[in-house]
Amino acid sequence: MNPETVEAGSVVLEARRISKSFSGVQVLFSVNFELRAGEIHALMGENGAGKSTLVKILSGFEQPSSGEILLDGNPVTLPPNGAAEALGIVIIHQEFNLAEHLTVAESLFLGREVTRFGVLDRKYMRAETRRVLDLLGCRVDANALISSLSIAEKQMVEIAKAISRDARVVFMDEPTAVLSREETNFLFRQVRKLREQGTSFVFVSHKLDEVLELTDRVTVLRDGQWVKTAPTAILDGESIAQLMVGREMSSLYPAKTEPDVDEEIVLRVESVSTDYVKDASFEVRKGEILGFSGMIGSGRTELMEAVAGLRSRLSGEVTIRGEAVTSGDVHAANRQGLAYMTKDRKAKGLLLNSGMTANLTLQSLGRHARLGYLDPNSEAAALERARRRFDIRVRDGNVVARRMSGGNQQKLLLAKVMETEPEIIIIDEPTRGIDVGTKQQIYHFISALARDGRSIIVVSSEMPEVIGLCTRVAVMREGRIVGMLEGDEITEQEIMRYAAGLKRMAAA
Amino acid sequence: MSVNEESIQSTSHRRTWRDVDLRAVAPFAALALLLIVGAIVNPNFIGLNNLANVATRCAFIAIIAVGATFVISAGDLDLSVGSMVAFVASLMILFMNSGVIADPTLMLTAAVVFAVAAGAACGLANGLITTVGRIEPFIATLGTMGIYRGLTTWLSQGGAITLREPEIQELYRPAYFGSILGVPVPIAIILAVTAVAAVILYRTRYGRHVVAVGSNSDVARYSGIAVNRVRTIAFVIQGLCVAIAVLLYVPRLGSTSATTGILWELQAITAVVVGGTALKGGAGRVWGTICGAFILELVGNIMLLSNFISEYLIGAMQGAIIIIAMLVQRSLVRKS
Repeated sequence: MNPETVEAGSVVLEARRISKSFSGVQVLFSVNFELRAGEIHALMGENGAGKSTLVKILSGFEQPSSGEILLDGNPVTLPPNGAAEALGIVIIHQEFNLAEHLTVAESLFLGREVTRFGVLDRKYMRAETRRVLDLLGCRVDANALISSLSIAEKQMVEIAKAISRDARVVFMDEPTAVLSREETNFLFRQVRKLREQGTSFVFVSHKLDEVLELTDRVTVLRDGQWVKTAPTAILDGESIAQLMVGREMSSLYPAKTEPDVDEEIVLRVESVSTDYVKDASFEVRKGEILGFSGMIGSGRTELMEAVAGLRSRLSGEVTIRGEAVTSGDVHAANRQGLAYMTKDRKAKGLLLNSGMTANLTLQSLGRHARLGYLDPNSEAAALERARRRFDIRVRDGNVVARRMSGGNQQKLLLAKVMETEPEIIIIDEPTRGIDVGTKQQIYHFISALARDGRSIIVVSSEMPEVIGLCTRVAVMREGRIVGMLEGDEITEQEIMRYAAGLKRMAAA
Repeated sequence: MSVNEESIQSTSHRRTWRDVDLRAVAPFAALALLLIVGAIVNPNFIGLNNLANVATRCAFIAIIAVGATFVISAGDLDLSVGSMVAFVASLMILFMNSGVIADPTLMLTAAVVFAVAAGAACGLANGLITTVGRIEPFIATLGTMGIYRGLTTWLSQGGAITLREPEIQELYRPAYFGSILGVPVPIAIILAVTAVAAVILYRTRYGRHVVAVGSNSDVARYSGIAVNRVRTIAFVIQGLCVAIAVLLYVPRLGSTSATTGILWELQAITAVVVGGTALKGGAGRVWGTICGAFILELVGNIMLLSNFISEYLIGAMQGAIIIIAMLVQRSLVRKS
């Protein structure tokens, strides 16, 4: 934070006609981008539009194939591997770069520890950490272990780390993906505070409402090309979405179809408890899409894992079509036609170093094996079907999952779960970190599955998603189901009231 | 659309030559290089006789290493295999010496079954301690390594255990020294074991599960795979491979001692790593493992036949090879 350079409106970092190719495939085409001092600039685009590449180039992690980067108006070559931090350019990664076993203070000074007479000056580092955290209004203890922090707190520590390095430009890649609404509000307050002091932010996000709320200007990329830069004030969600996909967004959500009231109840969950979840009961009808809303950490995933047999139940019953499901037995649940799709596609969903086929059939290998012996043709046919059905678009059929875009990974994961031909599908965060176009596709897949007579539970932290898809919404808070909304009751305000504890349903 | 299809075509063409997995090819390239070096060092080296000899001698390590490929692919490690060889072989000889069955053929058959069962049981013990006991495989098998070795020393009372029945000896000899259609039995058995292992690892549901568990056990668990069962079975397969190695070992010397199979775990793991299997799991290469075992024996053979390096340095050489193999593996990963 060098006061001399803080002139409101002056351009801090500029990209001119940046192009970038990876092994012959061009991903950026002569892109322009400018970041002014003290602004929050949203960078938007579908997955694969080139946002991440542009961010990497502007922070030195990649070098452009052509074009130039100007810092304070002077052409520069940014040093690689994070060395650009010395110039005040800091990137906060989507995946945290914090070592779990270090304390907050140790993390802040990692790699640039302060010493006195060759010995670590812990006192100074702790005090300095405290100062930066206070600046952010963050109450985390400087001596706390990173592993003891919540995800939001870790995010704050990352930001504190950036500030303690006198960052002038901060790149934030999907910082709110893992935050609850409350935590997001808190983060935004801090970001605005820093903006007042002249720090510039580049905010990469898929959440339109947050972009509208927080940012000053928006730049939209599409297919590696610059499309538009405009003040946020003159845009609305619809127009940004249109710029991103380049087509009219007919309707993000498909029409809802409600199951008949006398439709068969396929899944019944009765007073299930785990370590955290208390006494949860609900039921799902054939062809129904039931939503689960609530804050992060309200116990939704834990409840679903207990229902799916991935976690043991302390008490309670789960019955599928009248048949009891053994506690903690994924296999049994699978056999009875229930499948759980994890929200963590990278760590729990896909084998990142394996190809599409191995991933697709992993959960359903029995269908492609005779006496344990696999039939490659049958697997190949399954992949062909899945690629068509779920519109998985890749250039090379042998690509490993790691190299696929988030949207394609998500489609592959959905395809993998659907290979088991479940009657009841629990989808945890169906569209985390994927672009609007793919989101729309996934919503239509979900809706089509329900029309097919399958029952679906959608767990989501994105309220519009739950509201747009589901005919019934359960709201969880602190391990309990506190509300069950139907029809016109399903509104953002109403869900919020339950999730925040302002309202709870009468005990049944 | 047609433009799009063109780009699909061209990329898939380019991949064919660029995307050859270097890690799969590297061990065979190293083998070819060694053969050339060997031929330069000593003209006798490249003779069929010498090479067949080398292949025969690497049989124990090769077969054990095939089992180790499963354990390592599943993300585990078994340090106890050397001790297990000594233990199972001792048990087998003691069984044959006990004379509970009079007919030598029947006795030998029973002893073979007994050895296989003993190997499987040892492997099962390793597997259960690691999975049910939730102990790091490194520590668990370090423990059983001591146990199997100690039991062998105790059985032999510090000396040797020798097969006494001459009839059984005579009957059993061809299992190591004989040949089938001109191919020495040990080589035939290496090929058979490897072929079966390759089918299991690459072509069966179980093999796919092994790789999935080694690659990411969380993904495997969320995919409904019984992770602990997969890991335990891998240890049992390792035990069975040790038993097969023992079946070849016993007729060769007809005796065991407390020092039988010492450092074989190092050689087996080296063979697996040299063969291109990732030590952190998730990618198994059975044929590469065999190649690795052959390379190890070949290096020893070249050192014997050449005059400029002492053969007493063979152990040091094998230790160096595993480090070099890891370095090469890592540099190949970076490039890809």
